[in-house]
Amino acid sequence: MTGYVGTSVKRVEDPALVRGEGRFVDDLRIDGALHAAFVRSPYANARILAVDCAAARALDGVHAVFTHADLPPALREKPVPLLVPNPAIRHLALPFALARDRVALAGEAVAVVLASDRYVAEDAAELVQVDYEPLPVAADVRTALEPGAAKAHPEAEDNLAGTLSLEYGDVDAAFANAARVVRRTLFQHRGGGHAMECRTLLAQYDPMGEHVTIWAGTQSPHQYRDAYAGVMGVAQHQVRVVAPDVGGGFGPKTVLYPEQFCIPACALLTGRPVKWIEDRREHFLTTYQERDQYWDGELALDADGRLLGLRGTLLHDAGAYLPWGLVVPHICAATVPGPYVLPAYRMQVTVAYTNKVPVSPVRGAGRPQAVFFMERLMDAAADALALDRAEIRRRNFVQPEQMPYRVGLVFRDGTAATYDSGDYPELQRMALARADYAGFPARQRAAREQGRYLGIGTASYVEGTGLGPFEGAGVTVQRDGSVLLVTGAAAQGQGHRTMLAQVCADALGVDVAAVTVKAADTAAIAYGVGTFASRIAANAAPAAHVAAGKVRAKVLKVAAHLLEASEDDLTVEDGRVFVRGVPDHGRTLAEIAAAANGLPGFALPAGLEAGLHDTTYFTPERASYPNGCHVAEVEVDVETGEVRLVAYTIGHDCGTMINPLNVEGQVQGGMAHGVGNALFEVMRYDDNAQPVTVNFGEYLLPSAPEVPTAAQVHLECPSPLNPLGVKGAGEGGTIPAPAAIAAAIEHALAPFGVTIDRVPVTPDWLLERIDAARGC
Amino acid sequence: MSERLRIAVQVNGARHEREVPVRLTLADFLRNELGLTGTHLGCEHGVCGACTVLLDGRSVRGCLTLAVQADGASVTTVEGLAADGALSPLQQAFIDHHALQCGYCTPGMLTTLTEFLRDNPDPSEAEVRIAISGNLCRCTGYAGIVNAALAAAKAMREGSA
Repeated sequence: MTGYVGTSVKRVEDPALVRGEGRFVDDLRIDGALHAAFVRSPYANARILAVDCAAARALDGVHAVFTHADLPPALREKPVPLLVPNPAIRHLALPFALARDRVALAGEAVAVVLASDRYVAEDAAELVQVDYEPLPVAADVRTALEPGAAKAHPEAEDNLAGTLSLEYGDVDAAFANAARVVRRTLFQHRGGGHAMECRTLLAQYDPMGEHVTIWAGTQSPHQYRDAYAGVMGVAQHQVRVVAPDVGGGFGPKTVLYPEQFCIPACALLTGRPVKWIEDRREHFLTTYQERDQYWDGELALDADGRLLGLRGTLLHDAGAYLPWGLVVPHICAATVPGPYVLPAYRMQVTVAYTNKVPVSPVRGAGRPQAVFFMERLMDAAADALALDRAEIRRRNFVQPEQMPYRVGLVFRDGTAATYDSGDYPELQRMALARADYAGFPARQRAAREQGRYLGIGTASYVEGTGLGPFEGAGVTVQRDGSVLLVTGAAAQGQGHRTMLAQVCADALGVDVAAVTVKAADTAAIAYGVGTFASRIAANAAPAAHVAAGKVRAKVLKVAAHLLEASEDDLTVEDGRVFVRGVPDHGRTLAEIAAAANGLPGFALPAGLEAGLHDTTYFTPERASYPNGCHVAEVEVDVETGEVRLVAYTIGHDCGTMINPLNVEGQVQGGMAHGVGNALFEVMRYDDNAQPVTVNFGEYLLPSAPEVPTAAQVHLECPSPLNPLGVKGAGEGGTIPAPAAIAAAIEHALAPFGVTIDRVPVTPDWLLERIDAARGC
Repeated sequence: MSERLRIAVQVNGARHEREVPVRLTLADFLRNELGLTGTHLGCEHGVCGACTVLLDGRSVRGCLTLAVQADGASVTTVEGLAADGALSPLQQAFIDHHALQCGYCTPGMLTTLTEFLRDNPDPSEAEVRIAISGNLCRCTGYAGIVNAALAAAKAMREGSA
């Protein structure tokens, strides 16, 4: 073993990117390409009575204008497919590639203009005349299920998309026997993913090969390929999807959108390459978000603060369509028990449609909301029992000797939620020590003497990650001795190429620089699933490990033949195989690859397989469960409502860290996203479901002065579910951050008795609460 | 549809003369006319900073500047930061300190910080954070970028000492 796993190898992705030589979809130029601009609905709910494209078509430089009626038959008949079916879906609403006869959200695409450049395409889009009949709008999920409420979809009985009930244990008995019951009613608002690169598509139809190539800023190239082929009724090999450099994902680029069907169809209809680059306004209007949830719940405890049971309800705003089924609210309900021994639990989930942007996972995917709910209840319980907030958590943690720990619920992957590894009490201890939790009262007192209000909050969590079904890796020793690794595991900045090269180099016995990783091209590897649910390290890395191990075995077998030695006596080091202790008696990988390729017309020696290649798909048995503990220390300005993060500490267990620097980068970046959710990001709509925050001046992303550098402590409790012991690392930075920050704010404002029952905590809202508490 | 004007611009040391529509943004000119696709567009309304380039040495938003406004000026893009092919200390520090993930905001961060470190060779951490407060990054949480800027400043001070 050369030992790259566990070291902070510098990223192979970086040199090109710092030179401005990345290759993002919009950087790809194809002669003759047409540029698309969409005509989008100004109404959140309306019938389309007529579309007049004549003036747009007449504009110089316009090649074509298409409406629903112009699309290929398959796209007129079939909507964008549902990726994750669930029998609990009561009414399924999905969008068409271009709206058919009705729009269900402001921004839904009604027509598409194809022109010589984007400027002309946008000019022409302005000239398309659409006659709408506005319909009553379902704008607020809280009233969407009342009798007579405006319907998001007029053809449906009502706005109920589905219900879920997750339950185990005797909940009502737990409450009957409780010494103490606390209750919280909470609201969470999450906003969007807002990768710095918006969505991107470039499609080129090849009539000779009868196939279409689509370059897409997607997190799931194979899912996209399969869905497009399925809807269009063509074989998978007739659709090639390539995700080149992608400028951030964070969830929204996992799912399928109307444009992903419309743009390749435009290439088919025109015979020209067609490019569409979403602009930021379109991103606000149409890229799926993860949005409003209303929670109400009670926690039953004994007199010592031990949990007896929890029951509650969750109202989830699905937005206008259900592209990812009921996955997000299911994850929410399944995440609530967290790191605690919770004997009885019942969560009733109601999912309702509104005429807003559809909901699909954004970094954390329902887990931040669940953790916010559970941790706010834990804080309420601590306060009610006059226990320290960290202490009540310590009393209730699942203990390391209880692993594997079955929660009693079915997780979103269909398996029994079973925590695979972790030491929650130890990780909390480490995080509290690093944050100097014990020293906080002195810091708080000193600040208070100066009229400043400091608070500290902590939140612990467990997250289901690394979901199957699989991810693959194909490893080949090429004729020049270099190693090529292909995978479907698309990257949007996570450093997959570096991470997989490390794993491959170790397993094969080569220098990490000898490994080239090509990811996210459906022509390069048969199957792939996608980059979501922090699943790549737990799926693709074990696949690379196993595949490279099998190739190593082939290398040894061929080398043993060439060297007339026993395989057991051979070793691989730095790309060369030799007899152990006799370095001169060996062959390079290039020589071995040549031998394994044979000579034209000659048989390979008996027992040898052709080539030095293996493709392995690793299929984890179930989800793995990283966990952690965040500690936020804040200062609240009680005159302005401003919250400043004074210090932030993260205890994190993602199992084996393949590249610690990359993991720390994921955690820090994830925390910044959580800071946005906790303090800044508000996607506002008016009473007609018109989005009113559609640029970065109105919708605030956290910037450098607002995001502290978190102190990180890592506890590596290896997962038994894969040979590397890894668990996911992409979302743990985000998940508990809103809970920890809200707790810290509430703690700072304890003198006023202000309760934080929602995020984001914006200054205006907080100031109202402070003033109300002060009686101003 | 759109009036056109002839402009001459020095970009990364090379002179370019083109007739362009007056409404063409500098960012689109660099990307589409000159093929310098390192300058990225993240919001096209002047907030995210991904398209930042140096115009006569000063940072400007490529999305809010028209190409015709650059007539007669000198423009430096991310492609022009590596003198004679060698990475600048700042570019190298970005690699060494994990200052990028997806790399989409990186060109704007690099151009912004190139100007900042030229004018402030010995900045504090707080000054670095304010300097990049007009550049949004969704991946990194800024820690690596701040560390890289401070390390590059140190390297450049020591290099010129």
